[in-house]
Amino acid sequence: MTTITDNPAGVGIGWGGRSLRSMLEESERLFAETGRYYGIERLTLKEEDPIRYEKLFSRLRGGMVNARETALNISASPIVREIGELCFALYTPEGDSITLSTGIMVHVHTMSDAIKWMIRNDYEENPGIEDGDIFCNNDAFIGDVHNADVQDILPIFWEGELIGWAAGVTHVIDVGAPLPSGMPMGPIHRYEDGFMLSAQKVGSKNRLHRDYVLRCQTAVRLPFYWMLDQQTRIAGCQMIKEAVHRVIREEGIETYKRFIREVIEDGRRSFIQRVKELTIPGKYSVPSFMDVTFGGEVGRLPPEAAKDTLMHAPLSVEIGPKGEFKVSFEGASKWGYHSFNAPPSAMQGGLWVLLSQTLVPNDKVNDGAYFAIQNNLPYGSWANPDNKFCSVSIAWVYLIPGYSGIFRALSMAYVGRGYLEEVIAGYPGTWNMTQGGGPNHYGQQGGWTNFEMSSCGTSARYVMDGEDTCAAMWNPEGDMGDVEAWEILEPLLYLGRRIRPNSFGPGKFRGGSGFESIRMVYNTPSQVLYNLGEGNVFLGTGLFGGYPAFAGYRQSIKHTDMARRIAHQLPYPISDEDPENSQMIAHVEGVLERDKRTIHLPDPHSEYDLYLSVLRGGNGLGDVLERDPAAVVRDLNEGYLLPRFAASTYGVVAFQNAAGEWELDVEATEERRSAMRRERIEQSIPVEEWIAQQRTRVVQKDFIAPVRQMYQESMSLSPTWAAHFRSFWGLDDNWSL
Amino acid sequence: MTHYDTSTIAGLVDGKLEWPQLKAMMSNFKDPDRFDKYIAVLQERVPWDDQILLPLGPHLFIVRKTDGSIVTKSRSGYEFGDYRQNWKLKARIRVRDTEASLQELYPAMMHCTPGWMELREYIDPLDGTLLEVEAVPPGYPIIHSFQPDLETFYREWLGREL
Repeated sequence: MTTITDNPAGVGIGWGGRSLRSMLEESERLFAETGRYYGIERLTLKEEDPIRYEKLFSRLRGGMVNARETALNISASPIVREIGELCFALYTPEGDSITLSTGIMVHVHTMSDAIKWMIRNDYEENPGIEDGDIFCNNDAFIGDVHNADVQDILPIFWEGELIGWAAGVTHVIDVGAPLPSGMPMGPIHRYEDGFMLSAQKVGSKNRLHRDYVLRCQTAVRLPFYWMLDQQTRIAGCQMIKEAVHRVIREEGIETYKRFIREVIEDGRRSFIQRVKELTIPGKYSVPSFMDVTFGGEVGRLPPEAAKDTLMHAPLSVEIGPKGEFKVSFEGASKWGYHSFNAPPSAMQGGLWVLLSQTLVPNDKVNDGAYFAIQNNLPYGSWANPDNKFCSVSIAWVYLIPGYSGIFRALSMAYVGRGYLEEVIAGYPGTWNMTQGGGPNHYGQQGGWTNFEMSSCGTSARYVMDGEDTCAAMWNPEGDMGDVEAWEILEPLLYLGRRIRPNSFGPGKFRGGSGFESIRMVYNTPSQVLYNLGEGNVFLGTGLFGGYPAFAGYRQSIKHTDMARRIAHQLPYPISDEDPENSQMIAHVEGVLERDKRTIHLPDPHSEYDLYLSVLRGGNGLGDVLERDPAAVVRDLNEGYLLPRFAASTYGVVAFQNAAGEWELDVEATEERRSAMRRERIEQSIPVEEWIAQQRTRVVQKDFIAPVRQMYQESMSLSPTWAAHFRSFWGLDDNWSL
Repeated sequence: MTHYDTSTIAGLVDGKLEWPQLKAMMSNFKDPDRFDKYIAVLQERVPWDDQILLPLGPHLFIVRKTDGSIVTKSRSGYEFGDYRQNWKLKARIRVRDTEASLQELYPAMMHCTPGWMELREYIDPLDGTLLEVEAVPPGYPIIHSFQPDLETFYREWLGREL
């Protein structure tokens, strides 16, 4: 039982003179006691006047969307204007989300955490919470994913009483870290993550404090973008405040107060109802992995950081008899000396944005879903670091792979129930992420993050291929942005941007295709570039026999002859297409740098150096030998598939006619597919036999260092996972790595 | 209440629906009688008579045999044993853990690095269908992807005896 420590009546800014802290504690007590939001039993407003209830919701929801669509025009950043990396939401006085706009919905719960953090730390007393105040936060251990996502949070008052909060978030271009860009790779401690605002009051009476504004001028690169992003967020929040006041004027404050409680409980019940409607009770296990290739940074990073590591995300989903939804990372590997650790707030947000795209895409989306979910984020793991001074500047690097199994888990359930239209074979990593910085083409020190990564391919569906170049798991409205918009921000030209062959996972239905961009450093003497993505591992896998999408690599050609080619109007690379027959290498002279070190510290480039970015496609679904041969031929003719893989992957025999078009050889295809089925049986062995063979390798601990370390970390952090590992391989209780 | 006729569900199973119809099914309220129609469609499409209790994928099903036992069974007719056991343990396996085997599927540089990760292909012993692919580091215990609580699903969620 929680003891309520209320202020005397009339002192607090909450309802009836109560403190916000006492309101939050009462909310948590009632939920713990009843399992229902604020202990609500009946949804009286909804039951008695459902039309009015729905209209109320729609008006508030419309206020959020309107705020986003209007405010984004204030920003100068292509990340906000082109890609839509912003979101607005409305909260209860206790910080629970009522409704939200479209956009990066991951932050609906992270901003909830930030509000609750302020309440728990008695902001009401000091620094005080008054009408017109502006609070700013980008601290992930308070409530965020990483400090590139900057939040403004404004209290909403009505007749002297705090009745809620309006909050907005944008992803900024640069965070003022020692290394340039919004999400620098290289920080290993919090102290290197950049400009950090820990739920700081930065404005009063609807104006930003001058000391804060002046500080921003030197705290980040390109403060112009920072300040306009902030004006974007504040303007959106002001619009939300006005929308709420309008609703209260017309509906009355008591109705509004009742409504915001009911709608969250309604959201909680809707979530459970959807779970029971669409899924199957039971346990789903969908682990994934991510490599960090800092082993190549010896001498540039301290020894504890300069090593290759492998992240383990043993995601499981357990659905109980009453629709309980438990998400667990039991067995996750340890946090590390890199920038990819993910605090609990980031993990909650990541789960939230995913579920709003599959299980609860079309009902009362708010924190009700949060109250319906149980999370197990093991303390000390990458998903809940026990060191609050570790770096989180790019937590997405672990978060994205970590949750990649969620869609696959739910899809197994959808297949069980027959809701095949909802099935999707997971999602790809939303990268290669191109970032960089240095002197820009305007003669200023710049930093930038290219967000064309928000248009990767989607994974295959149960009955159709995935969609090409359109999505990011963290922003359901993916948009790669115009080439010209990125060229305004970045001192790199686009020489080409096109579909990348074989960038999808093969299957009966293939993943949607990714794409490639060829960039040339231009109009600057130097620029550091970062590559980012998985390289030595696949991120997740496909479904029902489908294969995962490709694993990445990095490729630059330095000291090129591009200046000469341009001067003499000679051919230059506009594509790459195939690492084994690279068109980029074929059309320029220079020094090739190509490897699987897909995560690395800033890589110096000079003017006219070329850089390749290959954006991921989606995973496949189903057996490749069941793919319609005509679809394979279509992929050949449209440049989605390199010709040598038609036969080796799909068993499809095709030939080029006189016009150069591919045609299907039906008979040869049937023969080849039959042969490949026979080969599968001949080349495979019974699993039980394979386990006996592999056990020897396990007993001998015959693993490369990153794999061995991953097992060591998972087994030391989780006795449960250690027991599972030992049990599977028939090892005694004392066996360890 | 949303309902679809059996031919629509059959079209969905067979991948014959056009995108607008598929999209409408996604956006609409779910049809509560989907499961029974779906099972009926699937039952017509398998070459054996055992009762399908739960589909696990395009080629795998939990079925009740005539002797009352409940097993995992593939479309080809291969039986993987008790449904509570991981069916993969009774399958055949082929592992892609060399550059040559991975480059049948991916261009060089675009696949996992052997030693870091391997692709495990779980194959139907009767007809060679590829049933599932795991992408895991060497030594990773075989994943039991889905352990349905079949009794709760039938008794408490569908309101009928298993």
